[in-house]
Amino acid sequence: MNMRSLRAVKPLERFLSARCVGTRAHGVRKLSSTSGSYPLVCIVGGGPAGFYTAQHLLKSHPDIHVDIYERLPIPFGLVRFGVAPDHPEVKNVINTFTQTAQHKHCCFFGNVNIGRDVSVKELQEAYHAVVLSYGAEANRRLGIPGEDLLGVYSAKDFVGWYNGVPCNKDLQPDLSSDTAVILGQGNVALDVARMLLSPLDILKKTDVTQPSLEALAASHVHKVLIVGRRGPLQMACTIKELREMVNLPGTKPDMVTAEFEGIAEALKELPRPRKRLTELLLKAAQGSAGSAQATRQWGFRFLRSPVEIRPSSDVTRTAGIRLAVNRLEGSGENAQAVPTGEVEDLQCGLVINSIGYRSLPIDATVPFDPHKAVIPNTVGRVEQVAGLYCSGWVKRGPTGVIATTMNDSFDTARALLQDIEAGLLKLSTKKLGSKAIVTLLEKRGVNSVSFLEWEKINAEEVKRGGRAGKPREKLLDVEEMIKIAKT
Amino acid sequence: KSNQKVIQKHSLISPTSKGDKILLHFINQSGVKITTSVTEGASLLEVVINKNLDISGFGACEGTLACSTCHLIFDENVYKNLEPIADEELDMLDLAYGLTKTSRLGCQVCVQKWMDGMTVRVPRDVKDLRNVKESAENQ
Repeated sequence: MNMRSLRAVKPLERFLSARCVGTRAHGVRKLSSTSGSYPLVCIVGGGPAGFYTAQHLLKSHPDIHVDIYERLPIPFGLVRFGVAPDHPEVKNVINTFTQTAQHKHCCFFGNVNIGRDVSVKELQEAYHAVVLSYGAEANRRLGIPGEDLLGVYSAKDFVGWYNGVPCNKDLQPDLSSDTAVILGQGNVALDVARMLLSPLDILKKTDVTQPSLEALAASHVHKVLIVGRRGPLQMACTIKELREMVNLPGTKPDMVTAEFEGIAEALKELPRPRKRLTELLLKAAQGSAGSAQATRQWGFRFLRSPVEIRPSSDVTRTAGIRLAVNRLEGSGENAQAVPTGEVEDLQCGLVINSIGYRSLPIDATVPFDPHKAVIPNTVGRVEQVAGLYCSGWVKRGPTGVIATTMNDSFDTARALLQDIEAGLLKLSTKKLGSKAIVTLLEKRGVNSVSFLEWEKINAEEVKRGGRAGKPREKLLDVEEMIKIAKT
Repeated sequence: KSNQKVIQKHSLISPTSKGDKILLHFINQSGVKITTSVTEGASLLEVVINKNLDISGFGACEGTLACSTCHLIFDENVYKNLEPIADEELDMLDLAYGLTKTSRLGCQVCVQKWMDGMTVRVPRDVKDLRNVKESAENQ
């Protein structure tokens, strides 16, 4: 049974749900969203956190109106731009987000940059509550010499490149060398490894962008090393992703047996998830996976921290990486990596920094913890600012999968609903909601994109993809997206 | 993939089949008991979706073994009679919050006559923690 068919929204319902205040840009001028009695909430960020927060609010309160503001013309954030092209099932959540966006009390405004086009303060004046769900758009830096050489990229940018993030379309990663080193051993690192080594037959049927597909087709990368500071028992990726590497056609594992000393003995003490992951890892390390004829190799390297990325002799590109050798202090999930003083050099022409995403402050008026790179909050209530909330990565830090964010967003929504019930949001104060914001946007020459207009972009992408046997061919240019939205 | 086998099986079952009605009880994340009557064959995920049961965030990946949000806890005597669990289900189940010895993913368990009257529970505060550090912190 196709689960998606259970949720298909009939065309008439969709038309009736387009009750967004707006300019002609939104096509339908229906009820104004000014309030006398019902809560007006806006959400900054149209990714999983934003949508799940909206979903829970709308489900729990019959009169609440929720507007979602998104910087790009198109919704869905990391579901579209982070989840790997060969993981289409994970993107099924888009269906439930689409239903939320089409709810009669929900309105999506794309192409609106909060912090630049409109301030958070202006949102707070227009709405009873504002939820910040804008995620983590930057990445943690390595902080080592050579980090800015040609051939070194953050995983955020590399993933953004193959997933069609407009600002990454000109990345042109250098795939001309034989060996790639990925720093970090989380699921993002494994996604990158898989994209570098997957057979083209598999990739060409996914929604990977066409330019990236062509670049990967011409890639010379045959060996990918995934490097972590700590040991095999601290590896952060999960078993599904490891299994995909082990089963990747045309590849074989290449590990260093010595790095697994003592691991088999430790197995019996481990909780089941870590035990199964480690068993699979050991099996791969023992070389009983992959075919002998495979020309592409992947492997983990443990107890190594990057200290320098070394340039080629003409200093134009990356030629290698120097790694400090570590030992472990303590054991289990809290073991610490301590340098031994030894170093090791690896030759490579491509280095991907996959040590984590990082949130940025949106606005000088919103508290921000620069050390943890999150908005200080308690259960999603921003500290010391009434009526301001946060959900998702900007609240908790950039870890976890979509469902982690889902539960987190439900928690924030519950806190907001509690505050409504406790009378803390001053609902008696008349607020203008999107009417006020749309007025500001028009004055400032900002052309917002509605959810119906996104659906035109969506249809165009699916159409173009269909011609190439792909689920969609993503548009890479914001101007082109807006042009298609407005036709 | 094993879940594809499950999905194909369902397309053979007509929605108007005159199977016996099977009574199922779900206890949601707030402890509320929801009772529903179904025919044989659908997965428990499909039951929750089709009957629009009030369980938050259930089945995010729509039954494709790409999440653990349809995690359900069974009584021991039901659990031991379920079809054996495949590696792929175990891979995702292992990441579910509140994992128990009688846990399964609802998208992989199909309603059968002998389940009449059974109760399944959703853990309080369902979470899908694929970040190992987070799991450790919560354990």
